Amino acid sequence: MAEETLDRQPTRRGFVNWFLGTSAVAFLLSVFYPVGRYLIPPTVAESTAGTVRLPFKADDVKPNTGQIFKFGNRPAILVRTPAGELRAFSAVCTHLNCTVQYRPDLGHIWCACHNGHFDLNGQNIAGPPPRPLDPYAVNVRGKQIVVSKST
Amino acid sequence: MAGSAKPHGRLWTWLDERVGLAELEKVVKKKEVPVHRHTVWYYLGGMTLFLFMVQVATGILLLFYYRPSAEEAYESVQFLMAEVEFGWLIRSIHSWAANLMIFTLFIHLFSVLLLKAYRRPREVTWLSGIGLMGLAMGFGFTGYLLPWNELAYFATKVGTEITGVVPVIGPFLGRLLRGGDEVTGATLTRFYGIHVAVLPALTTLLLGLHLFLVQKHGMSVPPGAERAGGGRRTMPFFPNFLLRDLVGWLSALAMLAALAAYFPTELGQKADPFASAPVGIKPEWYFMFMFKTLKYLPSYILGIEGEIVGVVGFGVGGLFLLLIPFLDRRTARGEPSPLFTWIGIAIILYMVALTYLGYTEVATQ
Repeated sequence: MAEETLDRQPTRRGFVNWFLGTSAVAFLLSVFYPVGRYLIPPTVAESTAGTVRLPFKADDVKPNTGQIFKFGNRPAILVRTPAGELRAFSAVCTHLNCTVQYRPDLGHIWCACHNGHFDLNGQNIAGPPPRPLDPYAVNVRGKQIVVSKST
Repeated sequence: MAGSAKPHGRLWTWLDERVGLAELEKVVKKKEVPVHRHTVWYYLGGMTLFLFMVQVATGILLLFYYRPSAEEAYESVQFLMAEVEFGWLIRSIHSWAANLMIFTLFIHLFSVLLLKAYRRPREVTWLSGIGLMGLAMGFGFTGYLLPWNELAYFATKVGTEITGVVPVIGPFLGRLLRGGDEVTGATLTRFYGIHVAVLPALTTLLLGLHLFLVQKHGMSVPPGAERAGGGRRTMPFFPNFLLRDLVGWLSALAMLAALAAYFPTELGQKADPFASAPVGIKPEWYFMFMFKTLKYLPSYILGIEGEIVGVVGFGVGGLFLLLIPFLDRRTARGEPSPLFTWIGIAIILYMVALTYLGYTEVATQ
């Protein structure tokens, strides 16, 4: 008799504990799953436009200067080289995402955040950036500048 | 004069029957603080606590005018600084007290580290302290963005991009923190929620644990002072130590008032996601040594991107700091442990040197 009770007792307790434990886990999941999903921001459709017309004229960009413009929802940079050629790159530094700028005194592209240098082909030439800037294609139609993703 | 010798008033008795003041009085009277040549370091924790209370008070005041959206945040702070009476003062005190708090927190941490106060049985006190340091830096990082100015915008861009470097979960973490793929108004509202609700709640819990443990174990006598036979002398916590503490708090308040009055916090330019990062961009000074390290690292180290090496390196460093009570076996055995003293000094020297270099560099080189 006594042995039987001793044998059965832990099993029953074990069952109740298991039951309680799984319901506790299920309860926690039912609370934390929606909260977790809630905290993850919904994906907003990225601007797929592969081409953008710039809001300034080709004549406004003097040689040895650069200008930031909106390409989709990210910044890009248009540079007129000292030789007069127009070039465009993504302005997002490949190191830690700062927005780069054109340095007339150096004659190339520079990032103020961690001192990254890129040449006029977008190549990373000094400092911490690990990759070149993405190049874009520049077309001038009359006075209008059109920048598109190079294929 | 002393309360216990004299019978207490009727109000005291009334309260005592309901709240149990006598027990509290007993605890306060029993509490003693060791006196030795390092006693001065005991005041830094209290000073940090005081500055935290200043932060809570001024933070609540700022909430009355601040508007957490990309369209209004900058303008609301501008209004606060220019139109609201003493608005500049409240904001300047909030900003200066934040800096001073991190400063006293660092001194507190390093004094505990060098005096080996983390040894048994205070390991959990150390862990909660490092946790509080993490929270304080979280406060600094999220609060920096709230005025929505140029510097804050790029600092946040870089800071959240750094989380993206963490292997596997990094990009997900970055998105979670930013509330999207880029730093936008969504990031601002998220940081606002974290700054004024999530971090204060966590800090209250962890600070409660930290203070409870400090009460439970009392002040640690440094092993050196213990071996020299010091630490036997004590002073009563109430009122002797508390009054000395108050002197520290008042000095901190005086310094705060002077700094806020003579160097009011600036607002700078409004953040523009389509402008270049400004020349001379800097993070808060307590992130400077990490910022400067990332600047020095080459783009590739042994085939791995330099920034990954840097970020993982700082992660490992933080973990090492956290686990010091368990790694320092000599101190745990009650033996002198010069290695960990030198590690502590090396960390301080590294941080001071890199911070100095960060502030003396020419911005355009």
